[in-house]
Amino acid sequence: MEEAFAKLDIRKPENIVYKRTDLLVDRPLSYCPGCGHGVANRILMETIEEMGIQDKTIGISPVGCSVLAYDFMNIDMLGAAHGRAPALATAIKRLWPDHFVFTYQGDGDLAAIGTAETIHACNRGENITIIFINNAIYGMTGGQMAPTTLEGMRTATCPYGRDVKIMGNPLKITELISQLPGTYFVTRQSVHTPVNARRAKKAIRMAMENQKLNKGVSFVEIVSNCNSGWKMTPNQANKWMEENMFPFYPLGDLKVDGKLVEKK
Amino acid sequence: MAKVKGDIVINIERCKGCEVCMTACPFHVIAMAKEVNSKGYHYAVKVNNDCTGCTNCAVVCPDGVITVYRAKTE
Ligand SMILES: Cc1ncc(C[n+]2csc(CCOP(=O)(O)OP(=O)(O)O)c2C)c(N)n1
Ligand code: SF4
Ligand code: SF4
Ligand code: SF4
Repeated sequence: MEEAFAKLDIRKPENIVYKRTDLLVDRPLSYCPGCGHGVANRILMETIEEMGIQDKTIGISPVGCSVLAYDFMNIDMLGAAHGRAPALATAIKRLWPDHFVFTYQGDGDLAAIGTAETIHACNRGENITIIFINNAIYGMTGGQMAPTTLEGMRTATCPYGRDVKIMGNPLKITELISQLPGTYFVTRQSVHTPVNARRAKKAIRMAMENQKLNKGVSFVEIVSNCNSGWKMTPNQANKWMEENMFPFYPLGDLKVDGKLVEKK
Repeated sequence: MAKVKGDIVINIERCKGCEVCMTACPFHVIAMAKEVNSKGYHYAVKVNNDCTGCTNCAVVCPDGVITVYRAKTE
């Protein structure tokens, strides 16, 4: 079929201003349509490509929807047991201090089963980067309540909404770890719009560059969607996220160069 | 006067029809096709000539299926 509205005259290699990075393996990603994991995977790989450190970077994939990240990211990767990525990253970074090491984890992985590993790696000040995808739900297993699930939010295991009297309060783990002396850079971003995705990529760049300084953990939270778990279309989910997630999980830097950012 | 001209190429077999690119495009260049690809997704298509090559759609595409071209023309 003839492609409509094609401007064949400008389709030359020298005019390419955006193309999929070669550090993403040429195969379909396993994420649902519109899922923020896809954008997060890509901007992370773009950053590593732009820094030219693909031969010196080791990533740890979690358990969760991004469990297959090692199949998508064309760098050295290891898969950790559920929640244990920061422990594995600790060992790798201590054995190969000249390598760049990151973990990529969901909220169930990082803030539920892996809470101890997260807090202690951050408190020890390991010289690693942690990328934390907070979609307020267990996506992979069918949308159960997570520690980060908002008050009143419906999930498969709290179908009438999270009742904090029975189920406890949503956990702001990013605020919590920003208080620890071992964290050097802590920020909260999103990837649902072009502006936000570009900002999140800059934050990831800083988080990776920081490893050269040997000053401790750089932690990038990405507040993201889970269209399937939230039972919405991707665009609805992104709007819902802006209206409900961002007031509780406000975007911006929490700690820069080892100093807490003062709230305005 | 120099004018900026843009174009996108969508890998329609890899597109999942999520419509996120459609929302991100300031010039309403993208819509979803009536047809589906081999996975059953209504893939993204161009519906006008107004692309400036701003890359917004490609930056938010979760599946990274959009390539963007931009050139200055006299
Ligand atoms: C030891 C162990 N306990 C439980 C599970 C089941 N399990 C798989 S993924 C998951 C939660 C994933 O949620 P999250 O980390 O938020 O990632 P998402 O899928 O939302 O990206 C759980 C509980 C498991 N695989 N291993
Ligand atoms: S279940 Fe949710 S988090 Fe997992 S791929 Fe689908 S939309 Fe993304
Ligand atoms: S490059 Fe910009 S103008 Fe062109 S289709 Fe994408 S978002 Fe629209
Ligand atoms: S954002 Fe990507 S996957 Fe989604 S409809 Fe657009 S081109 Fe397809």
